[in-house]
Amino acid sequence: MITILETPPLNTVQDLGRPGYRNLGVGSSGVMDPLALEVGNILLGNARGDACIELQTYPFSIRFDATTSFAITGIDAEITLDGMKILPWSVETAGAGQVLRVGPPTWGARGYVCVAGGIDVPGVLGSRSTQLRGAFGGLDGRPLEAGDTLATGATTRHLSGYGALPPTVAVGDEYDEGEPRTVNLRAIPATDYALFTPDSQQRFWHTPWRITPQSNRVGYRLAGESLRLHHAVELRSYGIVPGIVQVPPAGEPIVQLADANTAGGYPRIATVIEADLWRLAQARIGTRIRFHECTHQQGVAAMQPVAAYLDDLRMMVAHYQKSARCRSGAKAGEKA
Amino acid sequence: MNTDTTRDLERTTGLAPAISMIGTRAMLFEAPGAFTMASQRRIWALMQAAQDRPDVAELIPGVTNLMLVFTHPPHDPEQVAGWLRHQWATLPERHIRGRLFEVGVRYGGTLGEDLAAVAEHANLSPREVIALHHGNDYTVCAIGSAPGFGYLHGLDPRIATPRKAVPSLNMPAGTVTIGGMQAGISALTGPNGWNSIGYAELSLFDPQRDPPSLFAIGDRIRFYPESIDL
Repeated sequence: MITILETPPLNTVQDLGRPGYRNLGVGSSGVMDPLALEVGNILLGNARGDACIELQTYPFSIRFDATTSFAITGIDAEITLDGMKILPWSVETAGAGQVLRVGPPTWGARGYVCVAGGIDVPGVLGSRSTQLRGAFGGLDGRPLEAGDTLATGATTRHLSGYGALPPTVAVGDEYDEGEPRTVNLRAIPATDYALFTPDSQQRFWHTPWRITPQSNRVGYRLAGESLRLHHAVELRSYGIVPGIVQVPPAGEPIVQLADANTAGGYPRIATVIEADLWRLAQARIGTRIRFHECTHQQGVAAMQPVAAYLDDLRMMVAHYQKSARCRSGAKAGEKA
Repeated sequence: MNTDTTRDLERTTGLAPAISMIGTRAMLFEAPGAFTMASQRRIWALMQAAQDRPDVAELIPGVTNLMLVFTHPPHDPEQVAGWLRHQWATLPERHIRGRLFEVGVRYGGTLGEDLAAVAEHANLSPREVIALHHGNDYTVCAIGSAPGFGYLHGLDPRIATPRKAVPSLNMPAGTVTIGGMQAGISALTGPNGWNSIGYAELSLFDPQRDPPSLFAIGDRIRFYPESIDL
């Protein structure tokens, strides 16, 4: 079990999301950066869909009430265990009573506190993710507060001293030209692309967009020179998936994300590809976004380096755990 | 996928459906032409046919459109689009024998504070608006936006009212609303741009209930006045 000692608002329990209920108006929820959670779960030998704590505000601290292996992924930040610095993207084991503190990120926006066995809250409609609008899932359907306690899944694994290369290093960014505070996102033109004026189409791809403070898990509102339609259209309500870029009448785009409504009615200019959603999740308010047009085939192919990164990590972790078992088996014959 | 030119043609002629990809893993099918219940029933037929495809993870029926979310990105989206066009051209309308819900409404008062504005827009008295609102049966066309929220078709065009320029910040769940040509009952307490004309004591969504949503597509809603507060 862990106890929350200190948390600003908006930190929640999340897993990979709640698919299958969009037809009832229930959005996917789930972590904004699924890659960071996958890495954390692989490092800890967890099931792929085990839940974690998603951090959006800092500082955040917890007390471990039993010996627990954990990893912080998603961000770079000052992380300490009883005051001793530890690294993100790596596995450590805390003893009972030890306090973990995560300070504000020096890189990224959303940190993931992953624990061996996962955060064990009751599943609701097939997921442990917090559905804030519907007020269910996670811990009583609400953000975490100081004093809350969370159970962790049963596990006997206690390992430490290894980690993962962060995806920024391992997966890279083919469009990176060293422009500071800029995130490159590949996107595919969507349903209403042709309804925008040629000027607006060009502007969408070739000018930087700034992430405004009206950005959260529901979506990111972007600021820039407004985009115009040939003529106003009245659209009927249609389904929404994370990554869809809508343009309301004022002309500044909104990227819909994990907590988006399941239906909407604004024109859709493009969709950010799945392989790049984690980059957006880690982009802070004020960051510039550049969209790069890609095809369906390029969007599909973009998943390949991500899959290869996770496969390599699985192999590395399996290898490490095997050698750790050999070492501990030789010493005390204890159960792995 | 369609070229922009054919898609534009489809939209302007209104004869053929428009099909587009939303990212790599979702496809949107939009029925041609104006909204009709016949068109909506064909979307329901298409949804039923698509349910049997092994590559489909989720189906999200909208208002005369259907979104397919795939388990994996389709290798050739045009092939799926072709299948959808063929089904659309050949499937008969699907009539859903939905349940009938009789919903008591407390019209007007603070929970229906836009009743006067709706009446003014319609150039009718509030009592006439109320009579027209519960004079017709409604059909649940689609569920979406918020958990359990049903888009209701059947509003008398005389009381159709555009969404509010300034949304209410904290409209309670259960508020009976009008948004353009559509009617609804709000599912969650929160910001809402539809016009409130009354209140109904209903729990539209409960994750612990099976099924969690009170309404399903094809269900019919009949409102009746429980009280009127002008």
